[in-house]
Amino acid sequence: MTIEPSDRVQTVPPSGIRRFFELAEEMDDIISLGVGEPDFSAPWSAREAAITSLELGKTSYTANRGKRELRELIADDQRSRYGLDYDPDEEILVTSGASEAVDLALRAVVDPGDTVAVVQPSYVSYVPGVIFAGGDPLPVPTTQETEFKLTVEALYEAGADEADALILCYPNNPTGATMTDDELEPIAEFAREHDLVVLSDEIYSELSYEHDHTSIATFPGMRERTIVFNGFSKAYAMTGLRLGYAMGPPEAINAMNRIHQYTMLSAPTTAQFAAIEALESCDDAVVEMRQQYNRRRRLVLSRFDDMGIECFRAKGAFYAFPECPWDDSGEFAEALLQEQKVALVPGTAFGEGGEGHLRVSYATGLDDLKEAMDRIEAFIS
Amino acid sequence: MDTSEEILELLRENARYSIDDLARLTDADPDEVEETIEHLEESGVIRGYQAVVDFEETDRERVHAIVELNVTLDRETSYSDIAGRIVKFPQVRELRLVSGDYDFDMEVEGDSMREVSHFISDKIAPIPEITQTVTHYLMDSYKKQGIVMGDGDDDDRLSISP
Repeated sequence: MTIEPSDRVQTVPPSGIRRFFELAEEMDDIISLGVGEPDFSAPWSAREAAITSLELGKTSYTANRGKRELRELIADDQRSRYGLDYDPDEEILVTSGASEAVDLALRAVVDPGDTVAVVQPSYVSYVPGVIFAGGDPLPVPTTQETEFKLTVEALYEAGADEADALILCYPNNPTGATMTDDELEPIAEFAREHDLVVLSDEIYSELSYEHDHTSIATFPGMRERTIVFNGFSKAYAMTGLRLGYAMGPPEAINAMNRIHQYTMLSAPTTAQFAAIEALESCDDAVVEMRQQYNRRRRLVLSRFDDMGIECFRAKGAFYAFPECPWDDSGEFAEALLQEQKVALVPGTAFGEGGEGHLRVSYATGLDDLKEAMDRIEAFIS
Repeated sequence: MDTSEEILELLRENARYSIDDLARLTDADPDEVEETIEHLEESGVIRGYQAVVDFEETDRERVHAIVELNVTLDRETSYSDIAGRIVKFPQVRELRLVSGDYDFDMEVEGDSMREVSHFISDKIAPIPEITQTVTHYLMDSYKKQGIVMGDGDDDDRLSISP
């Protein structure tokens, strides 16, 4: 016999970046602006804390929800940075990356047939996550005209007023879009009015360059309907350590923990030690990395401007999302890779609204970034 | 951080950034960048630009020594008077007044150990205010001016990731 994958799996197409990844991996000497993770390593003191924990033999499971000390530090950190107020015992769950947290939340709150509005272009996991949970994804496209910010108009146009839940991510991967206090307020109002559960992925919250990050959970009446995701991957450059967390009302976190305790048991212990140290002593490293990203962001935006490539002023994460000079962004990205050995990701990989754009990651050293921009310029002229 | 501070920080990171690079990295006008640098140079904030050299990678042998100097002061002689005499020697690469067991921390560079030793015994030790010298020859350098010597780490990230 052969093992027939389940219908659930077969309805989800393989990741759109997969083919591209295989192409890029076959080539030598490429400069990649296609990487969705920091080029920095985790701060040394966080790595050292992980090493020390291993030396001390701290290799057992932790509590399902994560080490209490870590949850307390997360609660303090999120309170002081964003005014979020969550109880470390009941309202915070430490997970294997924010990705696990998103998956748990979807499985914990979505019933078969529920509609989940997904703001797009977006990170590649949300739509499959909704499908795996048995829900029906409803794309809510955003466009360059609104700088890829979510608007109430876009929500109505997509029919999200009939949805059960809404997933959004600001600062955004792949667009680099951010949303201010004023811009989020009507979204919060919409969610209250139409009784939506809101899943807010704020993994890039520390990478907002022109205004402070606001969490949608801080608006009146939002705390009880929102689950916030964050983690250590982007701010502390700890992607490979796989550590994230979810914050939400007790019933949501308890439901997520019910799945987590059976499927994951606990998030990686070594990573939790690194995360404790990160929160206790690595603020300076976060500031330093943010500053480096910001400089590169300015460089990339000004180079596109000089090239005559339309690119809205992305204010967060580490992505620019320029218009593609060709109609087909997939063809463009492939030709650029073949001819100039520069890899970037076509916008189509990120769902509706992505076509016609390219995701350009500036999580790459300055010398490579400049060289890549020179090559793009040579390619289009 | 204002533009002037940011430019200073960038030049400390890499003094060979072009005006165009600096302008893009700071979102400033190239003319403004040029003026800012001129001002930093004229006001003495920026004293010079130098390459950070790993002599292990060159054919030329260079000897470096860190020398601890103790001095006595009197009514007519201050630290800066003594320092003023010492810095005139081209062999002296660094001279700093420090707290602790000794007064000055001096770095000397030469072609050989003999040359450096002679310089210290013939030129530095005889200075009347200097009461003691302790010389440490430098054996290896791992980090200089914030730059780690060695090959650096490879970027082992996946070339494309979501």
